[in-house]
Amino acid sequence: MLLSNLEILPGKRVEKHLGLVQGSSVRSKHAGRDFLSGIKNIFGGELTAYTELLHDSREQATERMTEQAKSIGANAVLNIRFSTSSIAAGAAEIYVYGTAVVLVDE
Amino acid sequence: MSNVLVFLALLLCGWFFGRRAEKRHYKSIIERELEFNALPAIASRIPPADAAYDQQLVAGSTVVSSDYFKSITAAMINIFGGEVKPFEALIDRARRESILRMKAEAKAVGADMVFNIKMETSQIAAGRTGAIEVLAYGTALIPRNTVKFSNTNAAMSV
Repeated sequence: MLLSNLEILPGKRVEKHLGLVQGSSVRSKHAGRDFLSGIKNIFGGELTAYTELLHDSREQATERMTEQAKSIGANAVLNIRFSTSSIAAGAAEIYVYGTAVVLVDE
Repeated sequence: MSNVLVFLALLLCGWFFGRRAEKRHYKSIIERELEFNALPAIASRIPPADAAYDQQLVAGSTVVSSDYFKSITAAMINIFGGEVKPFEALIDRARRESILRMKAEAKAVGADMVFNIKMETSQIAAGRTGAIEVLAYGTALIPRNTVKFSNTNAAMSV
């Protein structure tokens, strides 16, 4: 499965548009991690726990989108966009969407 | 009285550790930016059509926390209005770090450049002191059927 946030790919032609596919993931860290991050808020610096969280969420959301694209017979997802939002304290949502297409070599 | 002492201690901690973290971070950012200069991130939507490329989505993200000193200074500035310098540095660090991580991922897959780079910023609600997350992503263009320069050099020297 080819994933890209471009609309046009050199050397490839879009044979068929299959519409929007999407995936999302909401995750949070356990309270202990939240507490430690709260302490880190005094000293500043990177919150590694949340960076990891964001990374895992992104992977999972992308995987869900890819699954959906696969199930409708696409071989690529173009024009991908990510969107993030914080739902509650310590929980983050990642939403990813794009256009599922059938690509052929030119 | 003890409340004031705790507040001052937190403020001092924030000032000292926050400033140290920021200095270190900027130093490492500048070093790595020079290193990754050879791999440009381009905001254009239309990729070059002169050569055959493979594409892959790459992304990098950072969550960076404010410190106590920054938060208090920002709250003070908020009363009078004006430029919130402490947070400008914070968000700048997060953005540049995210781009660097994205580039590192692109380099790992052997890309020449990253096209159509987009940024996504949001706030993680962790109490009243803030942390921000920045996500940078783009399409890595990997040259197809190309011989690496180091290989040709090796072949020529033989």
